[in-house]
Amino acid sequence: MATTRVVQEEPVTATVVAGGGPTPASASPWQHRHLLDLDDVSTDEIATVLQSASAMKAVVQRDVKKVPTLRGRTIVTLFYEASTRTRVSFEAAGKLLSADVINLSAGGSSAEKGESLLDTVLTLQATAADLLVIRHGHSGAPYFAARNLTRTAVINAGDGAHAHPTQALLDLFTMQEHLGSLKGRKVLIVGDISHSRVARSDLWGLCKVGAIPVLCGPPTLMPWDLLKGRAERPGHPFASVQVEQDIDEAMRDADVVMPLRIQKERQAAGLLPSLREYAQQWQVNGERLARLAPNALVMHPGPMNEGVEISPEVAHGLQSAIETQVTNGLAVRMALLLLMATPQGGLNG
Amino acid sequence: MAQQQKKSIMTAQEMRRALTRIAHEILEHNGGAKDLVLVGVRTRGVPLAHRLAELIKSFEGIDVPVGTLDITLYRDDVHLRGPLALEATDLPVSVTGYRVVLVDDVLFTGRTARAAMDAVIDLGRPMNIQLAALVDRGHRELPIRADYIGKNIPSSLSEEIQVRLSEIDKVDEVVILPEAGSSQQMSEAGR
Repeated sequence: MATTRVVQEEPVTATVVAGGGPTPASASPWQHRHLLDLDDVSTDEIATVLQSASAMKAVVQRDVKKVPTLRGRTIVTLFYEASTRTRVSFEAAGKLLSADVINLSAGGSSAEKGESLLDTVLTLQATAADLLVIRHGHSGAPYFAARNLTRTAVINAGDGAHAHPTQALLDLFTMQEHLGSLKGRKVLIVGDISHSRVARSDLWGLCKVGAIPVLCGPPTLMPWDLLKGRAERPGHPFASVQVEQDIDEAMRDADVVMPLRIQKERQAAGLLPSLREYAQQWQVNGERLARLAPNALVMHPGPMNEGVEISPEVAHGLQSAIETQVTNGLAVRMALLLLMATPQGGLNG
Repeated sequence: MAQQQKKSIMTAQEMRRALTRIAHEILEHNGGAKDLVLVGVRTRGVPLAHRLAELIKSFEGIDVPVGTLDITLYRDDVHLRGPLALEATDLPVSVTGYRVVLVDDVLFTGRTARAAMDAVIDLGRPMNIQLAALVDRGHRELPIRADYIGKNIPSSLSEEIQVRLSEIDKVDEVVILPEAGSSQQMSEAGR
């Protein structure tokens, strides 16, 4: 009985098909209790998030932005690393959906007194946090939290150099908003790929939606571990990823150009000659953009080092979607909070 | 399978007549189509709202704006349901000052109508809100009634009423299925 869908108005006591769900819903549109990375998120699930985010964006843009959806739920943001965009975006997303949001950072919390990550997250669970948004300098910390929590769902807001799935989703959303289908689109990521959790999650997302990621930057900063064997092994998740040494060649006909922040400590580690030399060789500047990719969308996960990986005129130019990314981040995170506010998710009533 | 036990309670022709009557009633009640906007509640309220607008146009030659409402954000059972995705709410006019006719396929507990009213009120301040439903199956859990009803179908709570529309389901009919739990609906949502 494939074609008959149920259409009655449902009693609140029954669990029945979602009135607002996507029309071709055969399986659940979202299968995850936690969101830790995009590696195990399906292409359909990504599509659901992006479609839902698009509807959320309309909510964010209207006069009365606040909706009652998550009344009575508690979201805790736990940040062991600095953040402007991501933390504020999660906080605003939760508040616009009427959840209570508690912000905690390592400084000022008992982490300063040496409390372990485990004890901290168990404490937060015991204070009735339904959802924990966690950023940590160590790769894997959100996984550790998720493994040890029974009632609280976890969203990874960036762990070490490993993953930043909500950033990747907002990147995909922004690209799709400007370009339509991403199938076959050339998305250039420039810079320090190997230390970038954004780039890693972007790679998962881009490959899943059929875009063609092109990586460009100093060979010392390429994620060779991740790409190993992609040419030989069939079914390699990053089979479609291209690596290009020459930025001029890489930028030609790119649909998206995304320079990454050069983290200054890489120079101390001997991976970069100097910021000046990096800027000369790899900077996305107005001259390069006009000559090679005059229609490309310019994106940056922020924060930017203007004058290093990106020139100010590009960062704030007509092709830049960098501010739009921030607005979209809010819509994407609201969509995720709604998708995760489920009986099997952490936002239990 | 529940399919075999289904009973048709409204044919395509009966549905057309009911909608024709509702369209006339809307015009009569509002003294015409001035300041009127028809808002279909997703999913099956949307094609119904469009059909009512076409009928009104055929009677009076007036284009009544038609909008689409997704009530997900206003549900009172978000925490009881499976993962919810949001679809677009799209109204061609600001509702402020308009007579808003909410259109849905089935009026049952009234909870959807309650959510729809809250959703509309967050979009502006309508002159009034009216409710049209193709089927009223009773069992209200809130003090809500419809202004326009296609057909009253007294039903048991264990039964399931399905409105099928050609735009979505390739056929126009309303059927009643015994035991809601036996259908695909539950397997789809009982996750």
